[in-house]
Amino acid sequence: MTDSKYFTTTKKGEIFELKAELNSDKKEKKKEAVKKVIASMTVGKDVSALFPDVVNCMQTDNLELKKLVYLYLMNYAKSQPDMAIMAVNTFVKDCEDPNPLIRALAVRTMGCIRVDKITEYLCEPLRKCLKDEDPYVRKTAAVCVAKLHDINAQLVEDQGFLDTLKDLISDSNPMVVANAVAALSEIAESHPSSNLLDLNPQSINKLLTALNECTEWGQIFILDCLANYTPKDDREAQSICERVTPRLSHANSAVVLSAVKVLMKFMEMLSKDLDYYGTLLKKLAPPLVTLLSAEPELQYVALRNINLIVQKRPEILKHEMKVFFVKYNDPIYVKLEKLDIMIRLASQANIAQVLAELKEYATEVDVDFVRKAVRAIGRCAIKVEQSAERCVSTLLDLIQTKVNYVVQEAIVVIKDIFRKYPNKYESVIATLCENLDSLDEPEARAAMIWIVGEYAERIDNADELLESFLEGFHDESTQVQLQLLTGIVKLFLKKPTETQELVQQVLSLATQDSDNPDLRDRGYIYWRLLSTDPVAAKEVVLAEKPLISEETDLIEPTLLDELICYIGTLASVYHKPPSAFVEGGRGVVHKSLPPRTASSESAESPETAPAGAPPGEQPDVIPAQGDLLGDLLNLDLGPPVSGPPLTTSSVQMGAVDLLGGGLDSLIGGTNFVAPPTAAVPASLGAPIGSGLSDLFDLTSGVGTLSGSYVAPKAVWLPAMKAKGLEISGTFTRQVGSISMDLQLTNKALQVMTDFAIQFNRNSFGLAPAAPLQVHAPLSPNQTVEISLPLSTVGSVMKMEPLNNLQVAVKNNIDVFYFSTLYPLHILFVEDGKMDRQMFLATWKDIPNENEAQFQIRDCPLNAEAASSKLQSSNIFTVAKRNVEGQDMLYQSLKLTNGIWVLAELRIQPGNPSCTVRAPAPTLRPWSLPFVPCQGVVLVEDAVQASLQAWLEPESVRSLKRTFLESFHIHPVRLPR
Amino acid sequence: MSASAVFILDVKGKPLISRNYKGDVAMSKIEHFMPLLVQREEEGALAPLLSHGEVHFLWIKHSNLYLVATTSKNANASLVYSFLYKTIEVFCEYFKELEEESIRDNFVIVYELLDELMDFGFPQTTDSKILQEYITQQSNKLETGKSRVPPTVTNAVSWRSEGIKYKKNEVFIDVIESVNLLVNANGSVLLSEIVGTIKLKVFLSGMPELEAKGQFKKQSVANGVEIAVPVPSDADSPRFKTSVGSAKYVPERNVVIWSIKSFPGGKEYLMRAHFGLPSVEKEEVEGRPPIGVKFEIPYFTVSGIQVRYMKIIEKSGYQALPWVRYITQSGDYQLRTS
Repeated sequence: MTDSKYFTTTKKGEIFELKAELNSDKKEKKKEAVKKVIASMTVGKDVSALFPDVVNCMQTDNLELKKLVYLYLMNYAKSQPDMAIMAVNTFVKDCEDPNPLIRALAVRTMGCIRVDKITEYLCEPLRKCLKDEDPYVRKTAAVCVAKLHDINAQLVEDQGFLDTLKDLISDSNPMVVANAVAALSEIAESHPSSNLLDLNPQSINKLLTALNECTEWGQIFILDCLANYTPKDDREAQSICERVTPRLSHANSAVVLSAVKVLMKFMEMLSKDLDYYGTLLKKLAPPLVTLLSAEPELQYVALRNINLIVQKRPEILKHEMKVFFVKYNDPIYVKLEKLDIMIRLASQANIAQVLAELKEYATEVDVDFVRKAVRAIGRCAIKVEQSAERCVSTLLDLIQTKVNYVVQEAIVVIKDIFRKYPNKYESVIATLCENLDSLDEPEARAAMIWIVGEYAERIDNADELLESFLEGFHDESTQVQLQLLTGIVKLFLKKPTETQELVQQVLSLATQDSDNPDLRDRGYIYWRLLSTDPVAAKEVVLAEKPLISEETDLIEPTLLDELICYIGTLASVYHKPPSAFVEGGRGVVHKSLPPRTASSESAESPETAPAGAPPGEQPDVIPAQGDLLGDLLNLDLGPPVSGPPLTTSSVQMGAVDLLGGGLDSLIGGTNFVAPPTAAVPASLGAPIGSGLSDLFDLTSGVGTLSGSYVAPKAVWLPAMKAKGLEISGTFTRQVGSISMDLQLTNKALQVMTDFAIQFNRNSFGLAPAAPLQVHAPLSPNQTVEISLPLSTVGSVMKMEPLNNLQVAVKNNIDVFYFSTLYPLHILFVEDGKMDRQMFLATWKDIPNENEAQFQIRDCPLNAEAASSKLQSSNIFTVAKRNVEGQDMLYQSLKLTNGIWVLAELRIQPGNPSCTVRAPAPTLRPWSLPFVPCQGVVLVEDAVQASLQAWLEPESVRSLKRTFLESFHIHPVRLPR
Repeated sequence: MSASAVFILDVKGKPLISRNYKGDVAMSKIEHFMPLLVQREEEGALAPLLSHGEVHFLWIKHSNLYLVATTSKNANASLVYSFLYKTIEVFCEYFKELEEESIRDNFVIVYELLDELMDFGFPQTTDSKILQEYITQQSNKLETGKSRVPPTVTNAVSWRSEGIKYKKNEVFIDVIESVNLLVNANGSVLLSEIVGTIKLKVFLSGMPELEAKGQFKKQSVANGVEIAVPVPSDADSPRFKTSVGSAKYVPERNVVIWSIKSFPGGKEYLMRAHFGLPSVEKEEVEGRPPIGVKFEIPYFTVSGIQVRYMKIIEKSGYQALPWVRYITQSGDYQLRTS
């Protein structure tokens, strides 16, 4: 007899029939009817109409029937909150039933009725069940507290259930302890500040005792709870580790991983000199290896975690390379993870084996896997120098297979090998060039072009090769276009005589026929560079590049430490902190590894290093953007230097090399010159544009000194890039003084002191007017707000983009670099209101090509409101008039360096448009064609910020493009 | 901390049965699961963990069913997968086979089990031996008063009920070792490992304490040897010649299986197989699966482990007999081909 018959019911009047059956006097019939109802519910039919009839069946001594009714209740109570109250009486009664199974069933179901109204009726039964003589009831009641807390936290606190729950940690039954721990952890996680799990050595001892006796799941609850505890010193840490270690041999992978989490965390507190430290390291390897015999999903979780463990403590698994060899029937996600770990474990000692394996994998059939295997060979070459030659020959063998995607992948990695070992393997270039035609993936094409450009002097037909790519220039992806541009410029600098035409062609393709701003900018910069100073161009473009370093994909240390605290959880699988994928801040507590604290006897131990790996072990990582900036600027954080920055030639390939020190000579150290105010025409009587004279009849608006628009603080330097120091900030201008409002937060585990700040030279000479004053040392998790006054008397260097500011901040830990864009309107001076006559004269003299227009949509302001908004940002209304029902505002603003910008603002209801004109004299200091565009675009941003009218990003971009087009000035011809 | 809800879906992704444990993830979110799975599969990026917005799906597949747990928190992933596998184990012990039909035929008991296996996302009792003591198939026979919580559910010793009595007190000890081996195409061993388990079948009265001591020490015969040699999928007209045992072609697995009943140590046997191949070459490339080997070696442990003695201590002080068996099995035994 099976239950499947309940799924087939008569269609007609089904609900009606069921209703009758539910109200039958016969017990058997009733039960059959409830089963039919549950069957309907299971297949997704709405049987909520039967609520009162089903609830009427609740009062039964048949356990199976009761369970079914309870199941129904859980499903429909929420949709019938008023009727759910009918069930309360039965719950109360069942909680006193002589049968503990029924008492537990009632208390378990009760908590699943997520109806706020009935919760208070449930308190008394719950209180009794928490003190029940039967442990089965108590363990169920413990969980019910967590359920109730989720519905009504205040009620649970008021009723004192949390204290009862805490008492259950001392219960004689291990299952009860485990569930109490689970419930408390769950509640604590959603209320991080509650300090609910007030763990101390006594309670820890109780947990450790229960750990040996409870079920596998209970062990996990307890271990996960232990992982949140911070022992007071290394002795306590060691004693907990000793008692947790036996869990490593549990058959359940989840128990093992939770134990590993506790050990990895507490190990942080143990001194490496300790014998026990070594013992523990040895004990961790076998259980991790055993995890690989589990089911594939559990293997996957284990591998993602091993990936973290290998980065945190490589010594644990350094001899276990072989267990990560890929098996034929492994699912692809297991294969890819194994491959990644193999590379992390690759060393001189095992590289031969690793390479043999990788070569084997590269001949398999799964495309993704093969690609990753080829890539892995390249990573090995970069990681283990002694193996580079073998790797290269392996890659050449693979290229000979002519399998298209293998060839392309191999070329991409060979490019990286060249970057690590320049001028060492160029003999293979000929082989690579043979495959030029088969490359159809952008990354491979770009890599090949880079190789040809880089070694152009040794490739006889480099010009032909590169030219062949040029034909379909516009169909190429951006990375190929950029690479082709750079490659041909390199070629030109190496073989100038034969390649002039080619370089002209690519420059014009990049600058005239492309609407990609990156490509155009790079094109212009090369063009300028080549036309101004070819020697400098050579120095910049052909500069020696820094070598790339191994392990480019290491997880950043702060994040790694956090993820170690989350071993076994989703965070450890995603390799992301929980805050990145858990909705809302709720339930997310930032975790960090405990600092090393020595016990009293060994307090003199000098080991007080922070959580991260000691410097000796830190692998060589490719410099992050911040560090690179540092190289370029070569900032010295002593007293401020006013001399020119050192023009180091340590630049990287790609976009970055354009910003190399060579720029300095490119713009010839120009300083901004104030516009000649003498250029004001003396008389007004001259032929003036008809409408323009009217505007002088108007009175100018008098604004208040409310200060300009201030953007909300943004994070400039994330903690993970600055060893725990987070800097966010914004710029303000108030009554003539500019300041940088900073917020420094210490997210590291150690105190920060000795702060200092310095700016690199920038377009407007912004510089700190006072030293950075952080009065007290910044302790962990502390935040301090500082307003740093700025002056505009620092040294000037045109930046790209114009409002880019490169900042260096020092503290006792290190020096950090970041760059930020400041809003231009902080540079609008208070006396930016131009004299009307001067306005009129200047307006006339502005050549058309210096004019730009843009529209501000969705701006509900009228002329008065707009005028006063703008004025608060020091954009002044010089005059105002009305033409055919439209208000025209004539605006002026002056930058700190004396440059004037004039604007005409036309306000139609709901559709203001703005014409900005930059007066001609200002063009002189920035003689590069694209500079004034930028100036104006920034002004546009400033006007918009002031008006608080926000455009969709897409239209802003297109507007800016229009700007750039309209300012297009014919590029300078190259010297022949 | 753990699963918000657990679903059992059919092969098309339609929920057969589900249980909402926490109520913090809408049950309707499961509709996104199958499209997501299909999409990931097409992208070649299928993983056991999928996410759709703030909902994360942790899933495993069993025959033609998907078991899916949902969560919106940073759940303990290994706990969830372990739990799902444990759930399958319990269902299999209850219904022999876990498939669409057995779920439908037993939906009442499936609900009961789901209620008992996990509470508010915390796994509870998952030992089917214990569950079977109070959740039974013929539950309609049980009236209240009779059904009690088996003490085992919350005992300090959760795996044993009290008051057990046997006439003859015996312990059967099985020492089982399975050998995992990975050999590359030129015959060198890349990886060899032994996974050992000791299983006890205990017929002892009361609450005895057992103490065993094992020790490693050092011509055996392998039984039931089965060698699976992969062949191309378009092979035809097979012919075999074997010096011992028999060979047969299994086209649905694309292998030749060579079975040898008894394979004494130190011997070498030969099999010759001829196949025809079509003259037209196939376009798609086939993988090169490894040769798989299955065998069993009784009375032998690869590691040489031996049970030296088994001490049985019980309050009543009865005499008990321990019996020991050793067996070595093939685990994951693969030989790569070139």
